[in-house]
Amino acid sequence: MLDTFLLSRIQFAANISFHILFPSITIALCWFLFYFRVQYNRTGDEVWMRCYRFWVKIFALSFALGVVSGITMSFQFGTNWPGYMETVGNIAGPLLGYEVLTAFFLEATFLGIMLFGINRVSPRMHTLATFLVAVGTSLSAFWILALNSWMHTPAGFEMRDGVAFPLSWWQIIFNPSMPYRVTHMLLASGLTAAFLIAGISAYRLLKGDHKPAPRLALKVAVYAAAVLIPLQVLVGDMHGLNTLEHQPAKIAAMEAIWETTEGAPFTVFALPDEIDRLNRFALEIPGAASFILTHDWRGEVKGLNEFTDHPPVAPVFYSFRLMVGMGMLMWLVAWSFSWMLLKKKTLPTWALRSLVAMSFSGWIAILAGWYVTEIGRQPYLVSGVLKSHDAVTSVASGNVGLSLMIYLTLYAVLLTAYIRTLFVMARKSVLVDRGEDMVTLQERHNPLTQTGDVAGSAEKTGAAL
Amino acid sequence: MIPVGEAYWLPVIFIALMGLAFLLYAVLDGYDLGVGILLPHDEESQRDMMIASIGPFWDANETWLVLGVGLLLIAFPSAHSQILFHLYLPVTLMLGGLILRGVAFDFRAKVPPHDKRMWDWAFKGGSLLATLSQGYMLGLFVMGFEQSPAAHAFALLSAVCVTAGYCFIGAGWLVMKTEGELQRRAARWARIGLWMTTLGIAAVSVVNPLTSANVFAKWFSGPFALLLLLIPLVCFFAVLVADRYLAQFPFADDFGCWIPFVAAMVIFVLSFAALGYSFFPYVVPGRLTIWEAASATESLWFILYGAMIVLPAIIFYTLYAYRVFWGKTRQLTYY
Ligand code: HDD
Ligand code: HEM
Ligand code: HEM
Repeated sequence: MLDTFLLSRIQFAANISFHILFPSITIALCWFLFYFRVQYNRTGDEVWMRCYRFWVKIFALSFALGVVSGITMSFQFGTNWPGYMETVGNIAGPLLGYEVLTAFFLEATFLGIMLFGINRVSPRMHTLATFLVAVGTSLSAFWILALNSWMHTPAGFEMRDGVAFPLSWWQIIFNPSMPYRVTHMLLASGLTAAFLIAGISAYRLLKGDHKPAPRLALKVAVYAAAVLIPLQVLVGDMHGLNTLEHQPAKIAAMEAIWETTEGAPFTVFALPDEIDRLNRFALEIPGAASFILTHDWRGEVKGLNEFTDHPPVAPVFYSFRLMVGMGMLMWLVAWSFSWMLLKKKTLPTWALRSLVAMSFSGWIAILAGWYVTEIGRQPYLVSGVLKSHDAVTSVASGNVGLSLMIYLTLYAVLLTAYIRTLFVMARKSVLVDRGEDMVTLQERHNPLTQTGDVAGSAEKTGAAL
Repeated sequence: MIPVGEAYWLPVIFIALMGLAFLLYAVLDGYDLGVGILLPHDEESQRDMMIASIGPFWDANETWLVLGVGLLLIAFPSAHSQILFHLYLPVTLMLGGLILRGVAFDFRAKVPPHDKRMWDWAFKGGSLLATLSQGYMLGLFVMGFEQSPAAHAFALLSAVCVTAGYCFIGAGWLVMKTEGELQRRAARWARIGLWMTTLGIAAVSVVNPLTSANVFAKWFSGPFALLLLLIPLVCFFAVLVADRYLAQFPFADDFGCWIPFVAAMVIFVLSFAALGYSFFPYVVPGRLTIWEAASATESLWFILYGAMIVLPAIIFYTLYAYRVFWGKTRQLTYY
């Protein structure tokens, strides 16, 4: 029988996994929009504005999903993890508070102007609104990741009677793993948005869209991905070294290393077996794990058997491989397609098809990465301070089961609707001819998507500047 | 035991800030939830217009809920977990409702026409689910989370009453922001909402002091008993003005189209103040005072500094956004 603890964990994981999908897109998509807007201001070329108009709608939809799932998150701590707030509330509370105060209001308020204000404010103000929304989304990522990193590598506090009290806010916010985690996540978001833009644009081209906008967006996205991916791998490596220093048990689980070894091999694939504490069917590269982690082929790596408490091995091990595998695939795709674009200016059909297939590759890598991070912290909720088991609510398991069912149903429906709608929007935009661009009849009568004709008139004013 | 010095007044400041956040939430998200509930099933063009009128605002409005809950969690962590423990299922239902309506709003504009109607229903249903659960939670809170049939009956009454209040303020918003047939329709909705709200408030005002000796003492024997009489009086006056105005609607030149909305705001503010007065200094009625629940003063200071700088900025740019979208909502030149 599933108990409250297990159900709460599943529910938390479901909620946060659903939530993170949308910020992953919006954090960086908004910077892309800002770039489109600035390019348009600079060159007066309408194609940039068409890119803006198409992607701002997808932004709006993703943002809405991010907001509603985020609101769920802010109730989660109280409903399912009361022990969390009671133990570390003095630290978690203010960080969450700053996120609301500095980020959420900023993005939510200027979002209205960004989406609907184009004809009511000057082009400059509209550009500023886009910028402020982008700043807001990045700031929310900063604050929440500061908190999340603190849970992994807590610093700057002391325990009195089982409750954490802050000593230095600087040390709390800039805790050891925070710079790596924030950078890695922001880059991850950049990649997620880039592959989404590339994928949907490629889909439009495949459906016979001959307008210049999807071509341009695709190019921007593929080049952006080509720049971001090596940075991401580099930062990921540094992140791993930082984790080795502060959470060695997590690294041992990621690499499925059972015994402390010098010259530990890198396991490309295996079936880790936690009962017999060994790897089955292991495919190994001798010395490579030591080399990656200590930058020395003979370096020593601590094994799982050294730790009394260590996280479950298999999910961490597999998720890590999934993330890194995705990263490698992205690298291959981004560089080879950039090269083709530079050489031939266009992509062959098979390349467009593979971009469509990669539309949501960012999501897969991000979820996998978070599973490594979060499951790798178990059994602790806050490393060395609070175990997950001690934080859970005493709400009856039936109630948690019911709420979990409600959430899962909603999420399944919404995720399907979201993905379908993206492709519907892409197909709709193909049907519109060049002159009219995106303004279809339905949209004209639909106040929420009138970005179309209004942007048209703003373009005239904008171009005159 | 009541502490002195900063340990006394920091929690007081925070309960005031939290109250302000929840009040702003009730007024602001109140009108957009109300508009959602009122969506008519017959006229698609009216639905479009109604949704257009709240388009630029709903997201920021909902953020006040996040701030309110955030402040509860920051300043009174143990109250946060106690309250949410008792409200587990209604909170889930409310979140389900908020999720549905928040996304329906965007989906309806982007999906093929035959799906649009479905999302409109999701918008309406989600809004209704959210307000009913909020009212229900308020009722349980007022009854101190008592687990008796009477308490649940009271919570049901409160659910209906809060929903009526949201419909009233939503209709008031529409009277202010729209024209023509829709505006006249909204005026009729507003009048019905107004009377249901008034009945609800009257019922709560009678039941509340009768069930709690503490509340009774506060209202009828305190030093301010006479001054407190002003609250129901002004409230009654606002109801009267709104009712007379709506009864004779429409007026030439759209005279006073803001009156119902402002009256609704006055009623919300006063009812909220009255509730706040009844329960202060408890965050969990009868169980936990703000001082018992407060978090460390270091943490409160840290967030207070930030709030003093950031809150005025938030209010400033919120006002700016309302100015940008000032005036009547228009369907085709909405932007
Ligand atoms: C597009 C997404 C993406 C891609 C391509 C990569 N990562 Fe990643 N990774 C994330 C997205 C991500 C993430 C979801 O954003 C995580 C979870 C928490 C965090 O800070 O970043 C993460 C966590 C994470 C961790 C766990 C850190 C910890 O919690 O202690 C490590 C060691 C790496 N990554 C390393 C890498 C390496 C070596 C990559 C090279 C291929 C890589 N990541 C590609
Ligand atoms: C940045 C903010 C985050 C915070 C504050 C946070 C906090 C938490 C908390 C409270 C739990 C539940 C207790 C537990 O089981 O340990 C948890 C578990 C979990 N989280 Fe996170 N999390 C964050 C981000 C994420 C993201 C973005 C993801 C994935 C997309 C994620 C995936 C998970 C998973 C899978 C678990 C379950 C682990 C397990 O129980 O084995 N988390 N985290
Ligand atoms: C337990 C953890 C989390 C909580 C409590 C939380 C809470 C919230 C809330 C309440 C919102 C809605 C804000 C609004 O009303 O405008 C939101 C949105 C957002 N969150 Fe989270 N969140 C969590 C995890 C994360 C993580 C891990 C990230 C990214 C790294 C993130 C980034 C964002 C962003 C960028 C938004 C803006 C909306 C959007 O872009 O979709 N959050 N979050």
